[in-house]
Amino acid sequence: MEIGGIIAYLVSLAIMAGIYAVFCLGLNIQWGYTGLFNIGIAGFFCIGAYASAMITTPKPTGVYAHYVNQIFGLNLPFILGLLGAAVICGVIAFLIGIPTLKLKEDYLAIATLGIAETFRLIFNNEHWLANGPRGLMGLPQPFQGLVDPKNYNYIYLIIIVIIMVVVYLSIERAIRSPWGRVLRGIREDEISAAMSGKDIFHFKMQSLVFGAMVMGLGGALYAHYTKAISPDVFTPLYGTFIIWVMLMAGGSGNNKGAVLGAFVVWGIWIGTKFMTDLLPYTLKARAPYIRFLLIGILLEIILIYRPQGLLGEEKEVSKLIE
Amino acid sequence: MVELVIYGIVLGSIISLGAIGLTLVYGIIRFANFAHGDFLSAGAYVALFMVTGLLAWIGIPDTTFGSLSFGWRMAIAFPVSMAVVAGVAILLDQILYRRLRAKGSGPVILAMSSLGAAFIIRMIILILWGADSLFYRPGLMRPAIELPLGAKIRPDQVLILFMVVVLVSSLHLFLKRTKMGKAMRATADNKELALVTGIDTERIIMWTWGIGGALAAAAGILYGIDVQLHPYMGWNFLIPLFAATILGTIGNMYGALIGGLTIGVAQQVSTAFLMPTYKLPVAFVIMILILLIRPEGIFGKE
Amino acid sequence: MIILSAKDITVGYTEVDILHEVSIDVQAGEIVSIIGPNGAGKSTLLKTIFGILKPRNGKVTFKDWDITGLKPNMVVRKGISYVPQVDNVFPSMTIHENLEMGAFIRNDDYSQRLREVYDLFPVMAERKKQKVGQLSGGQRQMVAMGRALMLDPQVLLLDEPSAGLAPVLVSGIFEKIKDINATGVAIIIVEQNAREALKMAHHGYVLAMGRNVLDDAGDALLANEEVGRLYLGG
Repeated sequence: MEIGGIIAYLVSLAIMAGIYAVFCLGLNIQWGYTGLFNIGIAGFFCIGAYASAMITTPKPTGVYAHYVNQIFGLNLPFILGLLGAAVICGVIAFLIGIPTLKLKEDYLAIATLGIAETFRLIFNNEHWLANGPRGLMGLPQPFQGLVDPKNYNYIYLIIIVIIMVVVYLSIERAIRSPWGRVLRGIREDEISAAMSGKDIFHFKMQSLVFGAMVMGLGGALYAHYTKAISPDVFTPLYGTFIIWVMLMAGGSGNNKGAVLGAFVVWGIWIGTKFMTDLLPYTLKARAPYIRFLLIGILLEIILIYRPQGLLGEEKEVSKLIE
Repeated sequence: MVELVIYGIVLGSIISLGAIGLTLVYGIIRFANFAHGDFLSAGAYVALFMVTGLLAWIGIPDTTFGSLSFGWRMAIAFPVSMAVVAGVAILLDQILYRRLRAKGSGPVILAMSSLGAAFIIRMIILILWGADSLFYRPGLMRPAIELPLGAKIRPDQVLILFMVVVLVSSLHLFLKRTKMGKAMRATADNKELALVTGIDTERIIMWTWGIGGALAAAAGILYGIDVQLHPYMGWNFLIPLFAATILGTIGNMYGALIGGLTIGVAQQVSTAFLMPTYKLPVAFVIMILILLIRPEGIFGKE
Repeated sequence: MIILSAKDITVGYTEVDILHEVSIDVQAGEIVSIIGPNGAGKSTLLKTIFGILKPRNGKVTFKDWDITGLKPNMVVRKGISYVPQVDNVFPSMTIHENLEMGAFIRNDDYSQRLREVYDLFPVMAERKKQKVGQLSGGQRQMVAMGRALMLDPQVLLLDEPSAGLAPVLVSGIFEKIKDINATGVAIIIVEQNAREALKMAHHGYVLAMGRNVLDDAGDALLANEEVGRLYLGG
């Protein structure tokens, strides 16, 4: 591979890692700062991607409509796709929160898991909604005409980085506010937070919705990067599990850790691909499973030997504001 | 319709087996075991390895019992697989959960660890057997038994119901009559007092995993006999298992039995109106309704 | 003969110590009452003797054994039983099963002991098959004590047995405690109801702020003016 090819490869790698970093930041709001156990990230991933896709593409017409079903297509700009994805994910998180946030942590986990599987099945089976298992294609990309399509990824990387930074800074700001301190209080000790008169349900709900909106952004960013989405992308493996491993690896309760974890684990994930490329031909088809097995083992090792992750939690947050 | 209800009872009895194990683990070890569904898969595939591999290799004849679709190989594989998965469950506890407990990790960290274990089990199955659906005995259709009202039931399904009744009754007797079974109930009731009474709760935890794993394996094999084997079969059972457990009140074995049957019947009957792939969302919607109306389940207090 | 002694116990749940060099001695077959205001560390002392808490300093001796830091499931094997203040029964199990659980570590035939416990608590014998969760507070307290007695312990630790009971039931419970003691079991009882507890005690200890304040024969403490004023409510 010549040097240009290597750089292009690294850029595509950074784009995916950046998208995952956005998910990790969203999860960090929910888990790292509030202790909400969401194991249905794939659901928000899926909704965010489809929402933005349908907001930014036109509804198919003419012959094309015979092949592609889509319940609506608004043909709006990219930025509205992002916002729409965030808002819709927020609404769905709100609806999940109602029956679960007053109960023990694991109920939220089971409910989010259920919603993720349900959405995947709906998008797969309901052809009228978003073209069923074949999914949607030809999603627009912002600033497309500016450069040679060959070099477009540089622009997209810049977009990802900008959004990542904006999300990062807004979370940092939020958690350093009194609101963020209450969240951490809830995570540490729900009972004493309740006794100090905080309405825990509402704080948890806000955190769940905020995190889900960030995840919606992540889903939209993914959709416009690949330009084509189908339900089989949003599996528990790629959509939920790997994001958890990233956050735990980087250090939950630490936004730098969330970003670092995304890049490190995505790097490991890609690295294992090179390893499994060395496998004999007969095993190649099963290589992804071997790689996920390693990721699963990595999670267990982190949980037992380094639960604080690479960076650990930032303990100084409240000091900084004073 | 009658037929759907009957099939629902068959499916529900399989869910019940899994849910009983899940509810015992939940009640005694006090965390949501997200690997429980994959214990079902593990059981089914261990039995597959025995039936089509090991037992064939050592020369157990490939016969069938009467009009059932399996014979001696399965009769041997069934208990062996239960024992193997019981061992796997205990091993996971020793390697992972016990260490986390000793470190004072909360139930959510344990649940996360079990989610990791779930993926590990599933990936091993995918590596060894690939992603396609498999059968214990492909392409063998057995005549169905005619029931009144035009319903039919396959001999295999009769046997499934019989096996579930046998396993649940044995567990019932174990919990009511034996010292270890009573100690398990005591630990579920009040773990601190059990410890004060001299009960070795770590040993109880091992028994609980063993029983939970064995029942899950049985459920997985029975589903494999009834329908097919697939690496994601157990994962797809996870939501129905939790729905049954919550419906029947966490920690209550009889609740899990009723919950499992309810979910199974609801899932099957729903196929009269919905696509069969929506069975999982049906279980999910029932679960959400329970959480809204009566989160403590049918046998819960308050 | 001193059967159980706790010497210079310093212990706490976190870094903060609850007890500071507290010592008590128990003679075989006697009732020892530990009284003192809320937060004096009375229950903490029982938990430390039974191994639920590990002392930072000090020593617990039972007969000739050093049982300091032994886990509860081992302490119970030595011949000490403990009845916690709350959650001291298995509510979804029957009375009979609760007693069986009390005998969990016995591998011999304990039917004789079972009869003795039922004789001590005839009310329980009448409703062996009833679930304990359905019983009243006083009856549950009896089940809890019955469970603890199944091992035929030499020392019984009771944490506030009268707490939360209706006043009419309190004297019944104290009568039972005396009956149990009459069978030769030494009893350490921690009580809010200090006057009643001292009445039946052979020996009493007063704790305050996690320290030994006073100890004397039960009736001597009852007669002590200062104890009466400070700890018995006038």
